[in-house]
Formats: sequence, C-alpha cells, structure tokens
Amino acid sequence: MIRIEDLYKSFNGLPVLQGVNLEVATGRILALIGRSGYGKSVLLKHVAGLMKPDRGRVLVDGHDMCRLRGGELLAVRNRLGFLFQSGALFDSMSIFDNVAFPLREKTKLRGKEIRDRVMTELEQVGLLGSEEKYPSQLSGGMVKRASLARAMVGDPEIMLFDEPTTGLDPLTGQTILDLIDSSHERLKFTGILVTHEVPKVFQVVNRVAMIDEGRILFQGTPEEILKSDNDTVRSFVRGGAEWLEKAPECYADSMDRIRRRKDIYPL
Amino acid sequence: MDFVRNLGEAGIRTLHMLGRMGIFFAKAFAFTVTPPVKFSLVVKQIQFIGFQSISVIFLTGAFTGMVLGYQGFNTLSRFGSDAFLGPMVGLSLIKEMGPVISALMVTGRAGSSITAEIGIMRISEQIDALELMGLNPYRYLVVPRLLAAIVCLPLLTAIFDVVGIFGGYLIGVKLLGMSSGVYFGEMISYVEMKDVLEGLVKSLNFGVIIAWVCCFKGYYAGYYTGFGAEGVSKATTQAVVLSCVLILVWDYFLTSTRIFM
Repeated sequence: MIRIEDLYKSFNGLPVLQGVNLEVATGRILALIGRSGYGKSVLLKHVAGLMKPDRGRVLVDGHDMCRLRGGELLAVRNRLGFLFQSGALFDSMSIFDNVAFPLREKTKLRGKEIRDRVMTELEQVGLLGSEEKYPSQLSGGMVKRASLARAMVGDPEIMLFDEPTTGLDPLTGQTILDLIDSSHERLKFTGILVTHEVPKVFQVVNRVAMIDEGRILFQGTPEEILKSDNDTVRSFVRGGAEWLEKAPECYADSMDRIRRRKDIYPL
Repeated sequence: MDFVRNLGEAGIRTLHMLGRMGIFFAKAFAFTVTPPVKFSLVVKQIQFIGFQSISVIFLTGAFTGMVLGYQGFNTLSRFGSDAFLGPMVGLSLIKEMGPVISALMVTGRAGSSITAEIGIMRISEQIDALELMGLNPYRYLVVPRLLAAIVCLPLLTAIFDVVGIFGGYLIGVKLLGMSSGVYFGEMISYVEMKDVLEGLVKSLNFGVIIAWVCCFKGYYAGYYTGFGAEGVSKATTQAVVLSCVLILVWDYFLTSTRIFM
C-alpha cells in the first residue's frame, strides 16, 4: 500500500505540493492526472524516495520513504519499478543489456536463465529482433517499451509510471497502456500512473486522482470522475472526453472496457 | 544592495558545494574500501584512463625531456656544469614535472570525459534509474574511476619519467655531444629512491584529485552549473579547471610540507 500524508514541497520558495493526501491500495493502480507543471512527477519522485519533502510522509508498505536511508532504502527500491518519461535507458548499453542489467546485478541467475527472461520480457513488449540495438537507434515508442521491459523484468511489487504515453502517437500510446494492463494482470503490482491520457487511461486503472494547485482536487473511480460536477475536473476530463462523445461508438466501447475491467478488478 | 546579496548568495553556494564535495569524497572513499568492488568496471576504467593515455603521455614526456635537455645544457654550460645535465633532467622529471604534467594530461584527456559521461547520465535520469533499481551509483560510477586513477597515475608518471629521461639523453648526448656515461652516471649518483617515491606519491594524490573532482562535477551536473547540455558543458570546463588548479596547489603543499615524504 502507498499512503501519502500531508505532503508539502516547494522549490526556491515556489510551492508545488501543498498538503497532498493520497492512498493506493495494494494491487491497485491509480491514475494521477492534472495540468502540466502542477507537481505530478514531483509527487511520483517523492514516492520513489528521489526527493525529500519539506513536510509530510510517504509510506510504502509502512516504510517512510522520506526518512529511509542506505540499506533500508535500497531494500524498498528492490521491490519497486519506475518507468521514466524519458525512458532513462543506459545509452551505452544495447537493449538486451539494459533489460538484463537489473537481473545481472541483483540476482544470482545464470547467463541462460537471464537470457530467457530478457527475451520473454522483450517478446511481451514486442521488441524481439531489436535486442542488439542501442537506445539512440530506437523510436520514442520503442524506447518506452524497452524501458517498460526493464522495469518489469524484476517482477516489481510497486510500479510508478511517469507519463508513459506522452509524445507518442495514439496507436503506440494505446499499445503502452495495453502493456501496462497486461503486466498488471500478470504481476498484480500496486501502481501510480502519471498521465494526461484522459479518458483512455481509465481503461487500465482502478482509481483516479486529480492534482490541482498542489492539492488533490478529486479522488475516486474512473466512472465517478466522468460524472464529477466540479468545474475544474469537468473541464480537464471532458476536454479529453469530448471527442469520444462526438463518436458514440468509441465512447460506448471505452465505457464498456471500463465496466469489464470493473468486473475483473472491483474498483 | 543587489551586489551584496549576489555576493552573499555566491558565497553560500560555494560553501554548499565545498560541503557537498567533502561528503562526496567521504562516501567515495568509504565505498572504495568496503566490498563489493566491481572489478570488471575497474579494469574497464584502467583501460580508459591508463592504457588510452599512454600515447599522449609518451609524446609529452619525450618533448618535455628534450626541452629540459636543451635548456638544461645551455644553462649549465654557462657555469661549466654541463656534466650535471643528467641529474637535472632526472630530478626535475621524477620529482615535479613527471607527476604534474602527467596529471594535467590525464585531466584533459580522461577527466573531461569522465565529467561529461557522468553528467549526461545525470541529466538523462540514468543515475536516478540506477538508484531506483536499488543499486548504489557510487559503486558503479565513482569507485571504479577512483581506483583506476589511483592505479594508473603512478604508472603513467613512471612512463613519463623514463621517456623524458631518454628525451633529455637524445638531446644532451646524441645532439649536443655529451658523454653517455656522464649523463647516466651522474644521474644515478644524485637521484635517490626517495625522490622516485616522492614523485609516485604525488602522482597517486593527483589521481585521487582528478577522479574526485571530475566525478563530483559530473554527478552534480545541473545542480551548480545550470541544466541540459549547457550545464554538462560548464561542469566539464569547471572540472578540468578545478582539477588543474588543485593539482598545482596540492603539489606545492606536498612539496613544501613534505607531508608524504
């Protein structure tokens, strides 16, 4: 379980987070939405322990990420996967070596076992045949998929996604969301997904939280946010959903997928 | 008032950076003397910092020795002491010029590259990725370079000294007609083992300075030098300048205090 309690953070006197309270139940995914520059990625980096807050706590399975140090912090991070917005692949390594890196460094698996697991992971993200390429030789979507494979190869219990579909074409973005969905079905991780992909992302998450001016403005299920009467929430969500309403079949299909998901994982 | 405020801000920023440099060095040292050490990465860095620097050390060593041969011969012959060219070239190279020039060359060739590489890893979140995998970035990025610099600098200095001495021999003996026996004989008489050790201890110190400053500047690229490619570029420049200045200052300190001699 991830619990964020009364989190404050400012940069050079400019407040970014102003008392954020949020909870993600074990095995569930929460979509964190909000306008650019409103602190979504900053919040995610606090959960990963990459930033220290001015005030407040971030509890990951009871461990306060803001106060953990040394071996204890490494132990929590060993259970955590992070998909960076930029991919953050090691640019001097091939895609195979990038995905194999956590296994080589953190497990005692032998060469063949590592190879098998890496190839399985690359197959799942559709990158078989690209394993000898380097990150600079791949497209943005392929980098995101390779990064997803690297994050997933260690079977993380907690996954943090920082704008996994930003900058991708709609089809590639949908592929990434489908990959996150299938990985969640397989691994049952607890996750936070920072995104602007509204309402597409509602197909893969259990809950949605919207951050606005440093605070959580809305928290609820995807269905609840679509029905919200808060003006800011409506304008943000409906801005994304407007095109769906203009295409009734797509809208119906999208809502159907949300409902089917609700049947599989009660929201 | 703005001037005073800017001065104060600059002072605080410098103090902050110095404190961080101290902590960085303490952490790097602690992780260097405690296992596990990534030996494959150390070997890779020895290849980069040491092996790939041999040609530039060879060239600079040869020409430094040749210049010393010329200037030394001209100066000493004014006093009728040209027989002492060997000791002059040997002592100058072994005690001062070998360690210092080798270190300056390695700073320019490998130090700048270290800062740029780690700096790019910082701004492209690759160091954050390492941390989030539960891995210690110091053990992957800093410790191998620190160990490699400690191993390589004394060896490169030894190569510089030997090549330089033969450069001086080439000018003094082959070109200016001095006796080969006098050149090496006087050198053996005046150069002692403690002089050789002094030079090697200095070069070891300079190896630590290069790895420390260049790794630090790369690791904190973006914190003190601005963001993006420009930040890495400034960090690289600062790393080279600061390393070179520290090498010369520390050389004076070691020479004047004879602390390690």
